[in-house]
Amino acid sequence: MSATGSAAGGDVVLVLVEQHDGTPRGSALELLAAARALGTVHAVLLGQVSDAAVARLGAYGAVAVHVVGVPTPEASLPPAVAAVLAGLVDKTGASTVLVASTFPNKELAARLALATGAGLVVDASAVQRGPDGRVVTTQQVFAASWTLRGEVTAARAVVALKPNAVHAAPVATPVLPPVITHDAATLFDGVPGTRVRVVERTPRPESSRPDLGEAQVVVVGGRGVAGDFSPVEDLADALGGAVGATRVATDEGWISHETQVGQTGVMISPRLYIGAGVSGAVHHRGGMQASEVIVAVNNDVDAPIFEFADFGVVGDLFTVLPQAAAEIRRLKAQG
Amino acid sequence: MRIVVCVKHVPDLQAERSFTADGRVDRSQGDGTLSELDEHAVEAALVLTETLGGEVTVVTVGPADAEDAVRRGLQMGAQHAVHVIDDAIAGSDVFGTALVLAAAIRRLGAEGGVDLVITGMAALDGLMSVLPSLLAAHLDLPQATLAAELTVADDVVRVRRDLDHVTEVLEAPLPAVVSVTDQANEPRYPNFKGIMAARKTPVTAWSLADLGIDPATVGDAGARTRVLEATPRPVREDRVLITDDGEAGLRLAAYLAENRLLG
Ligand SMILES: Cc1cc2nc3c(=O)[nH]c(=O)nc-3n(C[C@H](O)[C@H](O)[C@H](O)COP(=O)(O)OP(=O)(O)OC[C@H]3O[C@@H](n4cnc5c(N)ncnc54)[C@H](O)[C@@H]3O)c2cc1C
Ligand SMILES: Nc1ncnc2c1ncn2[C@@H]1O[C@H](COP(=O)(O)O)[C@@H](O)[C@H]1O
Repeated sequence: MSATGSAAGGDVVLVLVEQHDGTPRGSALELLAAARALGTVHAVLLGQVSDAAVARLGAYGAVAVHVVGVPTPEASLPPAVAAVLAGLVDKTGASTVLVASTFPNKELAARLALATGAGLVVDASAVQRGPDGRVVTTQQVFAASWTLRGEVTAARAVVALKPNAVHAAPVATPVLPPVITHDAATLFDGVPGTRVRVVERTPRPESSRPDLGEAQVVVVGGRGVAGDFSPVEDLADALGGAVGATRVATDEGWISHETQVGQTGVMISPRLYIGAGVSGAVHHRGGMQASEVIVAVNNDVDAPIFEFADFGVVGDLFTVLPQAAAEIRRLKAQG
Repeated sequence: MRIVVCVKHVPDLQAERSFTADGRVDRSQGDGTLSELDEHAVEAALVLTETLGGEVTVVTVGPADAEDAVRRGLQMGAQHAVHVIDDAIAGSDVFGTALVLAAAIRRLGAEGGVDLVITGMAALDGLMSVLPSLLAAHLDLPQATLAAELTVADDVVRVRRDLDHVTEVLEAPLPAVVSVTDQANEPRYPNFKGIMAARKTPVTAWSLADLGIDPATVGDAGARTRVLEATPRPVREDRVLITDDGEAGLRLAAYLAENRLLG
């Protein structure tokens, strides 16, 4: 693949769309909304795509949908996806590629940027064009205690955007985008260094609650729940939110490991974070402090989480949470 | 087997971390440490060589105080240490760092062979988690990242990893690049013997010239992004702390309603 491509079609923006059960994930719609401010939006999907999904992508601003087959489990590993995207960058002359900021996507973004000479920004909380047309990004760093604004100085940009960074609004006059099907084999000839075999791939059942990484509301339980997550789950359900946990709670086996929020777990930035029986340790903070509003319920007035909570309750979570959940349901029923 | 472990020196998480006026991580506080997650990478390498035989080399790219990171690796039990240090590296983005690290690993490979490269899952300053992939791309090696479990048999590395929605088991022929999570193991504390041995082990220092790297391709000169502005998060003035008097749950609900957060 060529590393240069044409700079002429410089305003095409490729968006990697991920699906769940044949529907674009919420984070993908946010990416499309963000991409509209950067240029002409082309969506990229791996695997199968339904007519309904194509219409939905059009509703959120895609004017073309590129579909690339995934013939083997290995074809969805980051190096292979990076090669596919590099091929599409070449074909479309795209100047910018947006992906959702997950671990595999950060990896493919890096390889794509390396292959195309692009600048790379991961975990971005905003992306725009500067006055001179350069891609300008915002990142929350050091447990969101600092905000970095930066610009991509290279001609191309690859940006991994965090969920909830932008509001996913549909466009006023959507078009039904044409679907362009590509054979992965024609986009690149052999990915270097991919002698990796997928021995096993087991999807984990996704809970009926919103996805932890994408949820607008997350209620987290820590050691203070002492093995009983029911008040945390009940409050999450009252708010239509996701349930998270600290590493202590997952290590204790009270709840599954993939609910761990923090630096080595899921990084979240919801509109509302509620921590119950959570002390606010630095490793936990690193994964949640970018949340818009932080609420803490803890029976120790000296808990570090109160130093950065917007609304703190010194109290027992087993009485405060059920009372709050009941009141929330009552208020919502009132409308 | 010969294993290279990449370790990074980062500002202490527990300390007040900040940026300089020109948007670089402030390293002047002198309270840096080995990025905690890289201890899991060192531990994984030590366990493999203890069972399969071989040697561990820890490598870091960074300014003078970064030597502490490889020293810590030696104390834990690594046999060799390399510190790539050069004024021209300052201001490198992740591509510059990857270029330099890859060159160092290539040199180690030429000198005695490298069977496996192990990194941490993320450096605890930038939390990018991209360096292992860039290394694999530069070195044209297979990558198996985010290992919660790591085994080697018959020149094949096997990794179990838990991603957001799936659990995967991957296999790659050696040589390969692997990153490990904090679930992979419990890092050992250096013992007295290790600390004494580390004192006697020299740290090999390489410059860009030693690695045949053009300074213009790294540092500020080679960077593809530029910091425009670094600002500390403003302290919120409207924070509320209440003590439960029997009605805190009601007040919490009211607060959420006021802020349109009822979902
Ligand atoms: C390399 C590394 C990586 C890590 N990564 C992560 C990570 O990604 N995510 C993470 O969460 N942790 C992580 N940790 C662990 C982290 O350092 C803390 O140990 C952990 O976050 C603490 O969990 P906790 O708040 O549940 O427990 P604790 O710190 O024990 O706090 C429990 C809190 O509950 C309160 N409490 C007790 N009973 C009640 C009650 N009835 N009502 C109200 N409050 C009550 C207590 O006052 C206390 O403040 C990591 C650690 C290391 C070394
Ligand atoms: N300057 C560096 N020197 C040596 N290893 C590094 C350096 N930067 C990153 N690494 C390694 O790459 C891993 C991931 O780093 P990052 O992609 O920056 O989050 C770390 O855990 C280290 O093992």
